[in-house]
Amino acid sequence: MPDTEVMKFTQMMGFGLLETLYMTLASTAMAYALGLPLGVVLAVTRLDGIAPCRWVSQTLNVIINLLRSVPFLILLIAVQPITRAITGTTLGSSATVVPLIIASAPFIARLVESSLNEVDKGVIEAAAAMGSSPMRIIFRVMIPESKPGLLTGAAIAVTTILSYSAMAGIVGGGGLGAIAINYGLYRYREDIMMVTVVLLVIVVQVLQEVGMRIAKKSDKR
Amino acid sequence: MTASIIEIRGLTKHFPGKNGDVLALDGIDLSIGEGEIFGIIGMSGAGKSTLVRCMNLLEKPSSGKVLFDGKDLASLSKKELYEARRSIGMIFQQFNLLKQRTAIENICFPLEIARMEKAAARRRALELLEVVELGDKANAYPAELSGGQQQRVAIARALANRPKVLLCDEATSALDPATTRSILRLLKDINGKFGITIVIITHEMRVVEEICGKVAILDESRVVESGIVKEIFARPKSSAAKRLFFSAGAAGIGRRSIRIVFDGQSSFEPIVANMVLRFKAPVNIMHADTRDINGLAYGQMLVQLPGDDAAANAMIEHLISRGLSVEEVNGNA
Repeated sequence: MPDTEVMKFTQMMGFGLLETLYMTLASTAMAYALGLPLGVVLAVTRLDGIAPCRWVSQTLNVIINLLRSVPFLILLIAVQPITRAITGTTLGSSATVVPLIIASAPFIARLVESSLNEVDKGVIEAAAAMGSSPMRIIFRVMIPESKPGLLTGAAIAVTTILSYSAMAGIVGGGGLGAIAINYGLYRYREDIMMVTVVLLVIVVQVLQEVGMRIAKKSDKR
Repeated sequence: MTASIIEIRGLTKHFPGKNGDVLALDGIDLSIGEGEIFGIIGMSGAGKSTLVRCMNLLEKPSSGKVLFDGKDLASLSKKELYEARRSIGMIFQQFNLLKQRTAIENICFPLEIARMEKAAARRRALELLEVVELGDKANAYPAELSGGQQQRVAIARALANRPKVLLCDEATSALDPATTRSILRLLKDINGKFGITIVIITHEMRVVEEICGKVAILDESRVVESGIVKEIFARPKSSAAKRLFFSAGAAGIGRRSIRIVFDGQSSFEPIVANMVLRFKAPVNIMHADTRDINGLAYGQMLVQLPGDDAAANAMIEHLISRGLSVEEVNGNA
């Protein structure tokens, strides 16, 4: 390969990597903004929660199960009108963020719910016996006590969202996934395909490792 | 007679079950006086834990009243109830400490809930760590503490808001006998020093014996007997009480057995041995749980009498004449 081509290639890969990170992190952050409160509501309103509320719990469960059962690739196409309404386009990495949030917020809500459910019921009872209101139990007991589980969940969520983001390349999204499809698949450039695969593996491993380490370090049990 | 701090009237609690309601408490009447150490004893499933949870309304009574310091807890608003609960400390079998917080942060927790200023809360927590003799463990996490130490932290945490009552739900059941004794001693000290009323839920007779002044015996959702520990101990009326006192020896009681209660007689006189020598008939000691406190004997003994009825009757009379309380027990007592 001539030098200029190598430079162009490196530039493209670097840009793709940045786009992938942008899509992943932006979607994760916004999906958590939705999924975290939803997960809390799920954990609190369930039958054995601290403020059981049947209709809230059941309604949320139905919505979340519906969203979770649509395969991401199909959801990606199905929500295009919403995507266009919000971002003005269905192409590029910013447009990918919308379906990523819609797909991952319910997933995150489930992760959060299951972490919060693992908090010892006795500890919650003790807090109630000390005169804590449900709000205080949520913010001072349930969330802090499940911090390691929440962080582990975040590490899982971020890697899942990253793999979703690569799929968006098929319908004109950006990032490494788009490069792999446009060059590796449509132009038979197996070398470029291999490089994107290696880069994706490295990014996933780094995110996973960092997340798990932080989770482990925060665990005092 | 002291004023009662907890007054329970006609308390009933049932839980919805798969095959209809399950009755956990059935018409409980109890009065716990200020400054008392009050035991509530019963076998598992008798309703003890539900009863203690009704005292701070962690469980809502199905009917009946729970008065704390003269206030009907069920009539309070949520906010008032949270407030009232700060005057009722509680400790648990499994300690229930916040696992992501250090010992001192655990003790600060109820103070945060009561919106105490941070520096003042820390000072109070340190003071309490001294009370429970854990001054050097302020920054240890629960996972780094032994069971006894965790329970001490839990006690300090329960005392943080200067409660009037401390509820102990099987607080020593997860601890070994030596640790149990030290925790009980600590509770007794706290009762003496701060005048806090202590309610102890347990299934172990020795816990009641060791520190309680009064006791209520709970059996199948009802209070079957209650009063001063010494009196009930000497003359248990209910079969539940007898069962609790003899949990170790009950299996082997023969046709004619008696229970002898030592209630402060001289421990220098070998009463049983002398009796055997005098009547020239053997007895079989089935179970004995006595201890010597400053030369006085306390406790009880379960003895199988000789087959000869005359000798057996003479022995009973002899024991009574020595000032012991004697009671005949039958196999299914």
